Amino acid sequence: MVQQILESAKFFQPETALTITFCVALLVSLFDKKGTMVGGLVFCGLAITALLLVKQACTAGNVTLFHNMYAVDGFSTFFKAIILGSSLLVTIFSFQSNELLTAKRHLGEYYALLVAMTLGMFLMSGSSNLIMMYLSLELTSISSYILSGFTKQAEDSSEASLKYVIYGAFSSGVMLYGISMIYGLTGSLDVYGINEALQAGTVNMIALFIAGILTLVGFGYKISAVPFHFWTPDVYEGAPITITAFLSVASKAAGFAMMIRFFTVAFLDSTAGSLTLGTWQALQGFDWNKLVAILSVLTMTLGNLVAIWQTNIKRLLAYSSIAHAGYMLMGVVVLSSDGIAAVMIYFVVYLFMNLGAFYIVMIVANKIGSESIEDYKGLGVRSPFVGIALTVFLLSLTGIPPTAGFVGKLYLFAALINAKWFWLAIVGVLNSVVSLYYYVKIFRNMFLREPAPNAGELSFSPVHIVIIMIMLLPTLIIGIYFSPLVEIAQASVTMFGVR
Amino acid sequence: MHILGLGILSWITFLPVLGMIIVLLLPKENKNAMRWTTLGITVFQVLLAVVIYMKFDRGMAGINTMEGFQFIEKAKWIDINSVTWFGRVSIEYFLGIDGISVLMVILTAIISCVAVSASWGIEKSVKGYMALLLLLDTGMMGVFVSLDFFLFYVFWEIMLLPMYFLIGVWGGPRREYAAIKFFLYTLFGSVLMLLAMLALYFSVTTIDPASGEKVHTFNMLAMMNHANFEPGSILATIGSSARYLAFVALFIGFAIKVPIFPFHTWLPDAHVEAPTAISVILAGVLLKMGTYGILRISFPIFPDATVYFQVPLAILGFINIVYGALCAMAQDDFKKLIAYSSISHMGIVILGMSALNTQGVIGGVMQMFNHGTITAMLFLIVGVLYDRAHTRGLNEFGGLMNQMPKYSGIMTIAFFAALGLPGLSGFISEAFAFLGAFQAPSIRTITIISTIGIVLTAAYMLWTLQRLFLGSIPEKWKTLPDINNRELFTLIPLAIIVIFLGIYPAPMIDLMSTSVNALVDIVNKGAATAMIGQ
Repeated sequence: MVQQILESAKFFQPETALTITFCVALLVSLFDKKGTMVGGLVFCGLAITALLLVKQACTAGNVTLFHNMYAVDGFSTFFKAIILGSSLLVTIFSFQSNELLTAKRHLGEYYALLVAMTLGMFLMSGSSNLIMMYLSLELTSISSYILSGFTKQAEDSSEASLKYVIYGAFSSGVMLYGISMIYGLTGSLDVYGINEALQAGTVNMIALFIAGILTLVGFGYKISAVPFHFWTPDVYEGAPITITAFLSVASKAAGFAMMIRFFTVAFLDSTAGSLTLGTWQALQGFDWNKLVAILSVLTMTLGNLVAIWQTNIKRLLAYSSIAHAGYMLMGVVVLSSDGIAAVMIYFVVYLFMNLGAFYIVMIVANKIGSESIEDYKGLGVRSPFVGIALTVFLLSLTGIPPTAGFVGKLYLFAALINAKWFWLAIVGVLNSVVSLYYYVKIFRNMFLREPAPNAGELSFSPVHIVIIMIMLLPTLIIGIYFSPLVEIAQASVTMFGVR
Repeated sequence: MHILGLGILSWITFLPVLGMIIVLLLPKENKNAMRWTTLGITVFQVLLAVVIYMKFDRGMAGINTMEGFQFIEKAKWIDINSVTWFGRVSIEYFLGIDGISVLMVILTAIISCVAVSASWGIEKSVKGYMALLLLLDTGMMGVFVSLDFFLFYVFWEIMLLPMYFLIGVWGGPRREYAAIKFFLYTLFGSVLMLLAMLALYFSVTTIDPASGEKVHTFNMLAMMNHANFEPGSILATIGSSARYLAFVALFIGFAIKVPIFPFHTWLPDAHVEAPTAISVILAGVLLKMGTYGILRISFPIFPDATVYFQVPLAILGFINIVYGALCAMAQDDFKKLIAYSSISHMGIVILGMSALNTQGVIGGVMQMFNHGTITAMLFLIVGVLYDRAHTRGLNEFGGLMNQMPKYSGIMTIAFFAALGLPGLSGFISEAFAFLGAFQAPSIRTITIISTIGIVLTAAYMLWTLQRLFLGSIPEKWKTLPDINNRELFTLIPLAIIVIFLGIYPAPMIDLMSTSVNALVDIVNKGAATAMIGQ
């Protein structure tokens, strides 16, 4: 027992580093009123975690830790890298946010909670036991409740936080109910055990189907899939923009990782022969992929259609991120390695383009004090570089070559076409045409409309420009040359417990 | 053929990008330097096109064999190693031209150069304008020279954004509406094209000569050889509904660009709102991409579907011809009239192509070139008048013949060329297209009815001339100055081309006849095997 735990700890270094960072950050924040020191410390902690993660990626194979509680495999490592990448970037954003300074609380707490949330997401992406999944989901959620209400004297921020808590509590309750049913049906909590029990074929499929749907509610909430998305726009609009950016990328990535692992491992029919390598068969009687397909269509269509009417750019990006969750769900629908690889590729791309867009929204809000799309009029003239950069990010979100977003979409649609999901592919591409309409609204205002008469030139410091470049260059380079990314993603789809 | 280690096609394609960088680096105040740089770049492009024209071997067919293409450049671009569950991916930087694309390359070079000289009067942020124009130029050129479907798609999409901004920033009063309509329509078409492209990708494999490995590829030439289709893959079965579906998806993508009825409604808006030079590019080159795509991709890759859809295609051509002409007749707005006449003339291209015989396709391709030059002239002419009078209402004019004699002369050439007067280039291509279409038994009736279009065209063209030039001149136009030298400079080269090709079209026909023959052969043979297979 102890031996096993000690063995496992060797593979648990990145998470350990995050835990230590969290504790130290909490302690230091007691003394550091302004929070700058904590910020720096957290940044270093995250950087060390990154190093440990890279080391682990190079050395460890696919293992399972702590009695099948937690899996370390290429799949989870890849998602951890995305999560860590976004927390590093969001930490950098936070250093420059004016909005956070309005909070009455210590900024130290903010940074500490950011680490706690990162840790929760790390655990989510590796959990292979339902209890572990639930706990890590809660760790992430609770930290994010506090963070989204961090600037709580802003009215919408507290509203956002409260809404988030209520929705979160409700959906995790439903999920817990589903988990308990699954436990009752299969007698096991870890995904491998569940799979074994299901393969034996003694489980009542209708009961399992209901339990599966209930569990899906929890995942759906985390990735803000329709119809579990109602919290998203309000939270995204009310939360500090750094947290919005973080939620839209990292928290989604963690949710997807957990969901993909749960569905593929637990409901995989490993007895099905004669399938080509890298494609799987879901268990008879529980076609969760059809369920996810419907979810995907609803999610992207609603996200895109509602986004058209938004006038606040943060809210617009919130709906757009709902739509993007819908696109990525298309990759989950395809029961194959290329579907999962496509989701992974998409997340990398999404990390850069979405954070890039949010960062620009943040620095523009710092300058002009507004998040209304109306106030973006003439921004392209007032600050050409920022205008062009935001245009590139938005085009990338639409999926127009030669930007990275196109590559992400290309692989998603390729996976769908390869698996002959034609109708879903058509719905997907039509959705991306719809999405163009509202993204265009932003750069139309920036370039086609005249600035307000008293609006002068906006200048941004070189630091801002460098940070934009950190996200802009990958967005452009991946669009033109994507072999390394695809190779890494394809090498990382290996998941513990799946052939 | 290489210059400084880089192939001539790369030069002609990426030269504008170089120009764009120079323009962006120039100081903001120095507007003339930007104009001259852009003009210099496009003139250089024309020179390269002339070199290509001289060196082009008229005897090589191209179409589906790599040996038949000229000025080939091939390099690995994206090569993703195979994983056990996903084959190797290979995307190539593969350029080359044959008889069909060489004409389009020349046309693009000429029209770009003309468009730049027509943009001299632009004063609003010249830097942005010229940079976008050059980017657009690269996109257009790239479409015509790329032989890898992925590369083709990237170039195809690169054009959208500059076009959006060029219409949206420098356009007329309803520019925002027109620009977004153009953007949405074209994107809608191209995403359908993307799906068809992916379906093709998963169906076609080639053997990599180096490793003997099977590689999925975007190489168009490989897609044209039916032996390369993996048995059992999505598009492998000839005459299957999946192939028809893919053909239709591709066709919609191209049809929106042409534009073919009922996807044409973006065109009048875009044309009316766009600045003159952009209308010239739009009508002169962009519309041809649609028909070029059909010839380069749809026909040789899906010969079975091409023959299957021959009659519907001809009917669409007929609708375009007659409907476009009728709409043009109803317009009071000079520019809108020309826009609808474009729809009508592109219908002739479609009709000629749908004949699927040598005369018809030659007629279609010639019409692509001739329409490019003639419509460019027409839009320039509209621009000249609009710059002076600030109105395009045809009914407000009259009796300009005496007021603007030079203008009237050049305009008459363009109008008569557009209505197909013998001796001018429009006649030759229309004659070939109709001749070919008449020879194809299955579409003969449609062709006969389509000829109404010629009468209608003559009617609205002559009526327009009458409204502008004849009668008495209204008091307010008595001070209109005649066309100036810069404007003449843009129009006269085009007029020379129009007259020369009208009298002696052989150079153009020589350029493409081998390739067109090969194309027609491929389509008919491919379709014949499909019949046997069934």
